[in-house]
Amino acid sequence: MNVRAACCVVAAIVSLAACQREKRDFEAPTKAVTPPPVRLSEIQPGAISTKTSLEGKYEDNAFALSEGKRLFGWYNCTGCHAHGGGDKGPALMDRVWIYGSEPAQIYATIVEGRPNGMPSFGGHIPDNEVWELVAYVRSLSGLASGMASPNRSDTMHVKAPESNVEAQQPVTAAPSGASERP
Amino acid sequence: MRGKSRRAGRALKAFAGVLLSVIVVASGARAADDAGPNGDWPMAGHDYANTRFSPLDEINAANVGKLSLAFTFSTGVLRGHEAAPIVADHTMFVVTPFPNVVYALDLTQPGAPIKWKFSPYPSSSAQGEACCDVVNRGAAYANGSLYFNTLDNQTISLDAKTGKENWRVQLGDFARGETMTMAPLVADDKVFVGNSGGEYGVRGFLQALDAKSGKALWRAYSTGPDADVLIGPTFKPFYAQDQGKNLGVSSWPGEAWKIGGGTVWGFVSYDPAQNTLYYGTGNPGPWNPAQRPGDNKWTSGVFARDAGTGEARWYYQMSPHDLHDYDGINESILVDVAVNGQTHPALVHPDRNGYVYVIDRTNGQVLSATPFVPITTSMGVDMKSGRIQWNPDKQPEPGKTVRDICPASPGGKDWQPSAYSPRTHLVYIPHQNLCQDAMTSQVSYIAGTPYVGADLKIKVGPGGKRGLFTAWDPAAAKAAWKIEEDFPVWSGALATAGDLVFYGTMDGWFKAVDAKSGKALWRFKTGSGIVGQPVAYRGPDGKEYVAVLSGVGGWAGGIVAGDLDARDASAGGGFVNAMSDLPQKTAKGGMLYVFALP
Ligand code: HEC
Repeated sequence: MNVRAACCVVAAIVSLAACQREKRDFEAPTKAVTPPPVRLSEIQPGAISTKTSLEGKYEDNAFALSEGKRLFGWYNCTGCHAHGGGDKGPALMDRVWIYGSEPAQIYATIVEGRPNGMPSFGGHIPDNEVWELVAYVRSLSGLASGMASPNRSDTMHVKAPESNVEAQQPVTAAPSGASERP
Repeated sequence: MRGKSRRAGRALKAFAGVLLSVIVVASGARAADDAGPNGDWPMAGHDYANTRFSPLDEINAANVGKLSLAFTFSTGVLRGHEAAPIVADHTMFVVTPFPNVVYALDLTQPGAPIKWKFSPYPSSSAQGEACCDVVNRGAAYANGSLYFNTLDNQTISLDAKTGKENWRVQLGDFARGETMTMAPLVADDKVFVGNSGGEYGVRGFLQALDAKSGKALWRAYSTGPDADVLIGPTFKPFYAQDQGKNLGVSSWPGEAWKIGGGTVWGFVSYDPAQNTLYYGTGNPGPWNPAQRPGDNKWTSGVFARDAGTGEARWYYQMSPHDLHDYDGINESILVDVAVNGQTHPALVHPDRNGYVYVIDRTNGQVLSATPFVPITTSMGVDMKSGRIQWNPDKQPEPGKTVRDICPASPGGKDWQPSAYSPRTHLVYIPHQNLCQDAMTSQVSYIAGTPYVGADLKIKVGPGGKRGLFTAWDPAAAKAAWKIEEDFPVWSGALATAGDLVFYGTMDGWFKAVDAKSGKALWRFKTGSGIVGQPVAYRGPDGKEYVAVLSGVGGWAGGIVAGDLDARDASAGGGFVNAMSDLPQKTAKGGMLYVFALP
């Protein structure tokens, strides 16, 4: 029985969505993925969604999420965000979002950068890797599939695994250092 | 000649600690000078010797119980307030953390209203490049001008009367991880400033600028070829470990020295008699030591340099091939110390690695190196070779968890400056009692991102108290007394001629204790945790005032200032693991508090 078949047998018992869990994309998307419009404001004239068609592809996939975790260290995100608890940059495992928790918003945060010290990684990180990072960042606060999120760490134990995080209801807030802008 | 007589005068003042009676006579003929004992507080360390000793004695043990609030001032900033308020010319100058706004408060008016305000507009992107909160450690006043640094690497000179800009210079590139947080030292008509960014793979330096014009005079790097480090024929390090050609290159693998750290973000001391500067260099980068075999010169050491030319006179490396982020930047207090009956012109340096060093400042010889906190990372300092004896059991190895590293990376003491009283001959050291578990890993250098390669879990040290305030006798090389505190004592210390010592706690108490015994005499609860540097000054009304900035933050206070999440033990450089209860004890908010007797 091949691996994928085995996966689907097990997955079928657990849930249908889990089929995605072990699916691997061996070919990275060749074309750049154009993100949908990114909004920093919650006020939109009319109801327009920021959801993208890419969410499931990465967020329900264990390989993409574990890659995201590896890349989070590789690109020194950990240097500024620790393992989600925050450092020079804000905590990413809490429910508070300055620039939004939707995948397209996080994508924009990583690629475009943010004014109070988030570097713009556009051009430095290949597009599919950015999406893996997006999925992993969301898993930090339980917004990715719990089934697929990393459930162990290869490093010194510093926090509970992502798969153990209860989904946190996102809220928007001002940057933590918010102070007088002279 | 002019220069010479001025220097002689300054020399006496710098040794005020030891020659108090002499100084009164000697300085009587001279007008108030930069480091004058006239009741001002012109620079962060009070004087060139960095004593933080105020000669004012109106407030003393008998009356400090009545000390009350004179005025307050809100800075409008929510990050860690590590600065010393600067007092000169009947004006108080306060630099805020980023965005580094400068306020001049008119001390001649009731309530000290704003005289002027200066906004330098540092780039907001620089905030991501500051390792340990977007702090600023204060300005410096000299000859009618005020000097300060911005987080985005500008040194700015203002007309102290009007707040008008005299000049500004750009000294570094935050997009490559450089920032500036230190308080400049102004001496010998020069401004001395250094960079921060030892966690971002920057190359540390000390820069001398002409005080009048801002013109660059010299720059001494902490790594690289001798020519860049300003090492020449006059360089005479005491120990063999610091002798040799181009060690700033050969003690590194390949070109690692180019991103090797050694930043200069602490306080600079100055001995006018020798026209010599003393300062420490920061940790080597990355923290993961496996990526930089060798002694990593000239990081984690102390330099003595000619203030005029920048040429190095001697250097001593406290932590060769630093293993635990033991920056050598802690202050060097210039005092005379009697060791075995012989008095030496010395510098006293309580280091991150856990030892108080007493060093002969004329030649760099270590006179004593004594633990002031529990140490597991080393077994002692060999007095013959000057070399620290690292404990191989605590040597980090990539992928391996090393437990019970004491002191933790913030050290036995971090940046928070000590004070020295010439009346008690004690050094008052605000510090912490922390250990850690750590795991290092390979890290790639990406310009503008952290270059660290270590996860830390910092925890309380033996005894169960995270903070200590220690009165240290440098001659006897032992503690005279100690006060335990629940949180790390992250504020500076102030000593006064009233035989009082002041410091603040991270849960917001501002305290006065007896300089001789450590007995608690007075305390006041401020609005936020205190990580600033207390100062004392004589107001235009002739009274003694004590001032301190409240506003928690800095590395230790990141959990509050940055809203970090304690569920991740490695957050905030691993410090949140030791500070998870701080958010229940204090909240953000910058405020100046000034006290006087009623
Ligand atoms: C140099 C430090 C630094 C590095 C490296 C860094 N960040 Fe950030 N990051 C920040 C700062 C500072 C902010 C807050 C920016 C602001 O408030 O404008 C931030 C914000 C964010 C946010 C938005 C959080 C919110 O509440 O909206 C996300 C998501 C994020 N970073 C992810 C990443 C990822 C993924 C990486 C690695 C590819 C990374 N960061 C690397 C400093 C950094």
